[in-house]
Amino acid sequence: MVLLKNRDIISILDFTKEEISYILDLSKKMDKQRHTDLLKGKILANLFFEPSTRTKLSFETAMKRLGGDVIGFDDPDKTSTAKGESLKDSVKIVEGYCDIIVIRHFLEGASRLAADTVNVPVINAGDGACQHPTQTFLDLYTIKNTKGGLEGLTVGFLGDLKYGRTAHSLAYALAHFNAEMFFISPPSLRIPKDYIEQLQSRGVSYHEVDSLSEVSSKLDILYCTRIQKERFADPVEYEKVRGIYKLSRTVLDNLKIGNDLKILHPLPRVEEMDESLDSTDYAVYFQQAHSGVPVREALLAALLGALQ
Amino acid sequence: MKKLEVSAIEEGTVIDQIASKSTFKVANILDIQNIDQVVLVGVNLSSKKLNKKGIIKIGGKQLTQEEVNKIALIAPDATLNIIKNSEVVRKFQVAIPDTLEGIVRCFNPNCVSNHQMIQSKFHVMNKNPIKIRCYYCERHMGGDDIELA
Ligand SMILES: [Zn+2]
Repeated sequence: MVLLKNRDIISILDFTKEEISYILDLSKKMDKQRHTDLLKGKILANLFFEPSTRTKLSFETAMKRLGGDVIGFDDPDKTSTAKGESLKDSVKIVEGYCDIIVIRHFLEGASRLAADTVNVPVINAGDGACQHPTQTFLDLYTIKNTKGGLEGLTVGFLGDLKYGRTAHSLAYALAHFNAEMFFISPPSLRIPKDYIEQLQSRGVSYHEVDSLSEVSSKLDILYCTRIQKERFADPVEYEKVRGIYKLSRTVLDNLKIGNDLKILHPLPRVEEMDESLDSTDYAVYFQQAHSGVPVREALLAALLGALQ
Repeated sequence: MKKLEVSAIEEGTVIDQIASKSTFKVANILDIQNIDQVVLVGVNLSSKKLNKKGIIKIGGKQLTQEEVNKIALIAPDATLNIIKNSEVVRKFQVAIPDTLEGIVRCFNPNCVSNHQMIQSKFHVMNKNPIKIRCYYCERHMGGDDIELA
């Protein structure tokens, strides 16, 4: 039996296959019912020490759809942190104002520290280049919805696999479901050795390749990521790889594509995915973005014990 | 008669079977320059197990658990001999615990443990060769990455 009441959502590594499946089932439930009073009288504190408008809006929407209220900030310059207050003190104070905390922070592991400090549940909404587990749950939810299941899929990860945390977490999660994985990136942006070792130890079948055309015919899912300029210390290195992958309708027409390929992207996109793709059956990335709300509703309600 | 390469001590601790190149790192852990009793350090001594080994003998000193944990990280083959009245009263091999708290620094400059007043914490994934995972940022560290706090 899966119990989520009072749990924290910090890292996808904390969740078993059974728990992941259970969360996706709850998300489906929330998708079907809108505007409930499940969390009436409860308060969510959105602590965004690093701005991320979409993630913040998505949590706000989820909480409001369940009848709850939201407090918080998204301008770290104006918080006590800017005056040198410790993270522990900040969250201890906020703990007294709310029933659940969502935290986004520029330091890696900040949400783990927050969760260890307070007694209310804590949800990690992204810390540094580290984890963003609710993104992974919504990615899985989208894949499950479009494919009818998660077991045994062939999944390609395309783009910046060195710094792309969403791809890392999704690969970890899919390792539970016997996925065959293709990591498609330029050699300079390969997935880090640590992750490969972890996947190996879990018996994942994986391949590292340079170009999409080598593997496109085999894929059920193509998970694209943006090459993030801000992650490069050296702008010359960024220029070498920017725009190396440009997906468009024409590009896909010229590739051998598996039956019913679906393309996901955590968004925002820059130049790696052309708008000509949006109207094709491949594109599920807007649906994916919208999935964030029912998935977060499910998590908020489950952690607060209103849904089991 | 057996030739003694490093002379014996009457009371204290002998750390034996240190990989030769790690001997001075172990000496640093024990802060030997600030010990006022006899300290003997030998390196490149012959050893069946390690080919060449280091040995440190410290008069009058009992190691703390923290010191033992640190030595285990730097010299996983080391053995400790507790000496009383010139006799070995206890002999055991150092062991790496399953979690390391406050003794290793996370090598990730963006890790919360390097910015807030908290102890670092690591989960030991593999003991030999050593592989650890930061409890906070989940980065993996091994061999040369490991820097004592
Ligand atoms: Zn760390």
